[in-house]
Amino acid sequence: MPIHDQGYRRYGGTRAPHGRSWAVIAVAGVRTLIGRRAFVGLLLVSWLPFFVRAVQIYAAANLPQAAFLAPDARMFRQFLEQQEVFLFFVTVYAGAGLIANDRRANALQIYLSKPLTRAEYVFGKLAVLMTFLLLVSWIPAVVLLIVQIVFSGSFRFFLDNLFLFPAITVFSFIQVIAVSTAMLALSSLSNSSRYVGILYAGLIFFSQAIYGVVYAVTRDSSLAWMSIAFDLNQVGDAIFRLPLRYSMPVPVAFLAVAALVGASALVLERRVKGVEVVA
Amino acid sequence: MADPGPVVVLEGVTVMYGAQAALEDVSIVFNGGAVGLLGPNGAGKSTMIKALLGLIVPGRGRMRVLGMDVAGSPLDIRGRVGYMPESDAHIPGMNAVTFVAYCGELSGLPHVDAMQRAHEVLFYVGLGEARYRNVETYSTGMKQRIKLAQALVHDPDLLFLDEPTNGMDPKGRDEMLELVRDLAHHKGVNVIVSSHLLPDVEYTCDEVVVMDQGRVAAAGPIQSLKQPRGQVFELRVKTPDLDLFISHLRAAGLDCHATEDDVMRVFVPGAGGARDLFAIAARERVQVRHLRPSVPTLEDVFTSAVGER
Repeated sequence: MPIHDQGYRRYGGTRAPHGRSWAVIAVAGVRTLIGRRAFVGLLLVSWLPFFVRAVQIYAAANLPQAAFLAPDARMFRQFLEQQEVFLFFVTVYAGAGLIANDRRANALQIYLSKPLTRAEYVFGKLAVLMTFLLLVSWIPAVVLLIVQIVFSGSFRFFLDNLFLFPAITVFSFIQVIAVSTAMLALSSLSNSSRYVGILYAGLIFFSQAIYGVVYAVTRDSSLAWMSIAFDLNQVGDAIFRLPLRYSMPVPVAFLAVAALVGASALVLERRVKGVEVVA
Repeated sequence: MADPGPVVVLEGVTVMYGAQAALEDVSIVFNGGAVGLLGPNGAGKSTMIKALLGLIVPGRGRMRVLGMDVAGSPLDIRGRVGYMPESDAHIPGMNAVTFVAYCGELSGLPHVDAMQRAHEVLFYVGLGEARYRNVETYSTGMKQRIKLAQALVHDPDLLFLDEPTNGMDPKGRDEMLELVRDLAHHKGVNVIVSSHLLPDVEYTCDEVVVMDQGRVAAAGPIQSLKQPRGQVFELRVKTPDLDLFISHLRAAGLDCHATEDDVMRVFVPGAGGARDLFAIAARERVQVRHLRPSVPTLEDVFTSAVGER
């Protein structure tokens, strides 16, 4: 007679078809992070600039004295640029441990012994980070656009700047995909989320510092592709149809971002495995 | 009782780690029920299980699990098997019931069903009272149980258990073995137990596959493997050079293994039995102090199989 027989039963219910496990991973990851007060606090703080801009839009629409505050495409670009600081903190907080913690707990062999592919695992983790990053960049920017329509009481600004919604969407997604894949790749390189956070900060600030030194010597901003942050700035300015701030060609900035995403995918392909073989 | 037909078939499977062959031209059939995968460390047991799960791609050969080709349907196979890894493994930041339910959802169970089965399975493995504790606070024995629970939650047809009693205290070990035995013999789950602990395999399994250096050294029902093709004796002798005497025994075709005491276990093939032993001792002028017929154990099968290689 078994000691712990509490009535193990065979399962006769339904099973979802393969290919949906990434959503399970994403939902669990989002739930876990939402459960942390510090993280929710960070998300709330990241929306403060939104409220400031909303007040600006309200004032410009309703107070003749504040007409000089009227929004334009540049304002939305500036808003997204301001959000980059929150993007950085959310990326470090939410992303550093996504794979590193699984590696520390040997969770990869649990995941990959289930009916899901490595790509599904990566996509699920990517979805967790992208959800929160879009929550601090794309979503407030789009809501700001809606707020402008509501406060002004007309679609005039929206129709005059029809490119704004696609620009916000395309730039936010390029930014979020680049940042998320880079962080996920770094997270797969270590078992320590702290180390990954430091590594990510190093990647951002060190590349900026290197370019700063090169620029100080050459006074040539065509080498701004060295910094991923400046690449994204250049791509953003081009998408928002604003004057470019560096002399590097826009396709080079796009290529640098694409190279970062490609390199990150390569790292993930090599590092996310159920078994590590040390030959 | 679980499916008596073949659940796993390997045909000429070779897995290389660099220049080292972890599995070398392995061809074997695992029947349903409880099968032990025995072998010393580095024999290729864990590699075989990981290859069957599709986590390692063999350089050569074909594998079928539950009638499905591993190379062609790895996800279908993983949906119907459960895997309890050897090393500590959990999803960080979750309590036990969330972790097990999460594993159920990953295996395709709807959320509500996964949660319900997580509770049931945790009670079954003896973690009912601790199911709301964070897994990271668990003792080694509890971590073994939770690994079994996550492997069971989606109700697999085949369970791979890699060293299931590792690090457990005697009481916990007995309970784990009871669970494995119960699953295989009363719950209709086919089980493959990888272990280097002979008593564990002997207690839980009906059949055994003995691995050594990446090859199958012996395979079959435990009872038939234990059937003597000769006789086993416990032997203690008085001699100034024991190693020399053992070499004479081996030269005469007798298999000889030291035990924890000063008594050797000697396998004498054929019908000669004790007479052969006495003849060798007399010839070598060695005094026999103790000679007693013994019952063959799985350890004899194991040492004989591994020793022959």
